[in-house]
Amino acid sequence: MASRKFMGGVHPPDSKEATRGLVTTRAALPDSLIVPMSQHLGAPCAPLVSKGDRVRRGQIMGNVEAMVSAPVHSPVDGEVASVGTTMVASGQTVAAVVITPDEEQDYETFVQIPEGEPCDMVRAAGIVGLGGAAFPTTVKLHPPNDSPVHTVILNGCECEPYLTCDHRLMLERPERIVAGARLMRDMVGADRVVIGVEDNKPDAVEALKSVAGSDVEVLSLPTHYPQGAEKQLIYAVLGAEVTHGKLPASAGALVQNVGTAAAVADAVELRRPLIERTMTVTGAVVRPRNMTVLLGTPISHILAEAGGLSADAGRVISGGPMTGMALADLGLPVVKGTSGIVALRQNESAPAVYGDQACIRCARCADACPMGLQPFTMGVHANRGDWDACEALHMLDCIECGCCSFICPTRRPLVQLFRRAKHALLSRGKRS
Amino acid sequence: MTETNGSARMQVASSPHISAKQGVSSIMLWVVGALAPAAIWAVVQMDFVNRAAGEPFLALPLFAWCIGATVGTEALWNRIAGKPQTLKDCSALVTGMLLAMALPPRTPWWMALAAGIVAIGLAKMLFGGLGWNLFNPALVGRAFIAISWVGVLAQQKVPGGWFEGLSVPGSESLDAINGATRLAIMAADRAADGAYGYDLAAQYQPLLFTNLQGCLGEVSAALLILGGLVLIARGIIDWRIPAGYIGTVAALSWAFGSDPLFNVLAGGVLLGAFFMATDYVTSPMTRSGRLVFGIGCGLFNVVGRFYGPMPESTTFAILFMNGLSPLIDRAFTPRTFGWEKRRG
Repeated sequence: MASRKFMGGVHPPDSKEATRGLVTTRAALPDSLIVPMSQHLGAPCAPLVSKGDRVRRGQIMGNVEAMVSAPVHSPVDGEVASVGTTMVASGQTVAAVVITPDEEQDYETFVQIPEGEPCDMVRAAGIVGLGGAAFPTTVKLHPPNDSPVHTVILNGCECEPYLTCDHRLMLERPERIVAGARLMRDMVGADRVVIGVEDNKPDAVEALKSVAGSDVEVLSLPTHYPQGAEKQLIYAVLGAEVTHGKLPASAGALVQNVGTAAAVADAVELRRPLIERTMTVTGAVVRPRNMTVLLGTPISHILAEAGGLSADAGRVISGGPMTGMALADLGLPVVKGTSGIVALRQNESAPAVYGDQACIRCARCADACPMGLQPFTMGVHANRGDWDACEALHMLDCIECGCCSFICPTRRPLVQLFRRAKHALLSRGKRS
Repeated sequence: MTETNGSARMQVASSPHISAKQGVSSIMLWVVGALAPAAIWAVVQMDFVNRAAGEPFLALPLFAWCIGATVGTEALWNRIAGKPQTLKDCSALVTGMLLAMALPPRTPWWMALAAGIVAIGLAKMLFGGLGWNLFNPALVGRAFIAISWVGVLAQQKVPGGWFEGLSVPGSESLDAINGATRLAIMAADRAADGAYGYDLAAQYQPLLFTNLQGCLGEVSAALLILGGLVLIARGIIDWRIPAGYIGTVAALSWAFGSDPLFNVLAGGVLLGAFFMATDYVTSPMTRSGRLVFGIGCGLFNVVGRFYGPMPESTTFAILFMNGLSPLIDRAFTPRTFGWEKRRG
């Protein structure tokens, strides 16, 4: 089966050499865990525990009655040291439970989630999109009635530079990924499963194929950023464009990250809540690693587990360098959507402060935009706060993939301007 | 070294956190590099191989005057205006080089100097500098000479002995224009209904490798093509502009009953198509717009060449299309992914 090539895109250096061959290993137990009550898009959970409470690994600690949300569980056996707030990588301050873990931990056991319908178990396990967006998975498993899903697409592209945790997962636990894919296919009543993997990971394609069987297709896709963006992936696999403002289900597709699929299989078959994840810690660190990390582990602990930052470290990123967030504070916790910690070297970071060099109209940003937008013009209007002009240029279709800013020879902060413009457009409400 | 708390100074910025290595000066230096083989070959041929005894150097000083004028004007302008110096983006260097290659070797130094000052001062800095100009600076400089000193650019008084072995077939009957460019000869032959029997196909080889009748940039079409292809392969320029341009010149020349290949190789078409029309600032920013722009350049170039009153068809074709660029972009706005109709 051939894939379709989406328009635009860029080819950043993939920088995955340091960790692609390293087996995922468990990070050491930290002294304390900061477990945010909001590790997902949607309504934050209310804490169900109080200071001094004993908690067990897998025990539910936070929940809320809202459609778009996901409960939070304790990753360890331990004691609640405090219930307060913490900042998360996005800069928001959210409620959090701080746990002092017992010195002895049994990572093989956990409090199981209640048995039930598979969809309800996914909810009860607190599963969200593990690719980084952290959108509650249950919501995506309930597509609108008028747009049935016929294809479940698993995203194994891992098109962000540096990150290799999905790659390792596909090598080390391919059967869990395929099992999760089948479960989700049955939950939404789809008849087809396609796992898309960029062709810089041929070993992952082979590993998945060896366990896929005849009902799960494994599709090797060109290594081309942002191949793993939802709309671009759907286009590559199905040749269909998701209509603007519509859900992927309108194109008959459900897209889930491979890590999410494995978590779904663990939740439904093993009744296991989402309390840890695999992530990559790489870049300017002494010993780059792929590791299994308890949710709530402070990022400073993760960096120490990788031998610490090396002397030439500059910006530290939560997630990948194209879309991730620069950390202002290394004491922040790892959350469900943290796919990696990348320490960039000082000389490879994009400039933090931009010069005043004018746009030379080279149009590389437009050529690179996978949505067919014209970033150069949008940037002009966003900069002067002309939101009507921004809207007319389809500013809200921007997926913030970063291709335009990446490629710009004058290093204009295009994505930053677009975030501001999108925020302004969304907060002024819908206009006809 | 391990940062274990949040008190360390952290660098925070908006994503993406990495950027492509290529900046403006690198792009400009690639253009300089792509022009270099043709420029060096012009200097070698005109100033060394074919220089008669006692003749002054021609090409080398012209490059020096043009580049000196463009770079100097930009430096001076920034200084007087109290603006940050912009020479390091290397765009003035490119303009100076292109201007020199668009002038014949016997252009007086003061004329080259004036053209360089006009190119940068009037066409670029007055509009706000790199990125803001509407018209290609080098071409404005050339047009300034073309309209201020009519005939200078086409005048080719050649020293004795220069063109031995390159004599024009039927040249005895072409005394009046002997020493003129091949395009002028073609035009005269067309005007005389082919009475001179000027063999265009016989001109391919000199046009490709050593044509000394014309501007510095016309010495070797082969080296211009090589440079242009390098820029396309490196992703510096978009193939659509030269392809639309050259394709249209070939097709229309054929339609007008002339030799397509001769018309592509002769005159300023190749320098224009690969190096002038592809100027980012003054060409469209949409993909299909760039193709239309190239076709338009080719159209006006050929029409000017066959029916225009002046020999400067390439210059004015591209300048005219420069003016149309914003309109072309508006007319060819692309469709957003996920939308049925295009924006606009």
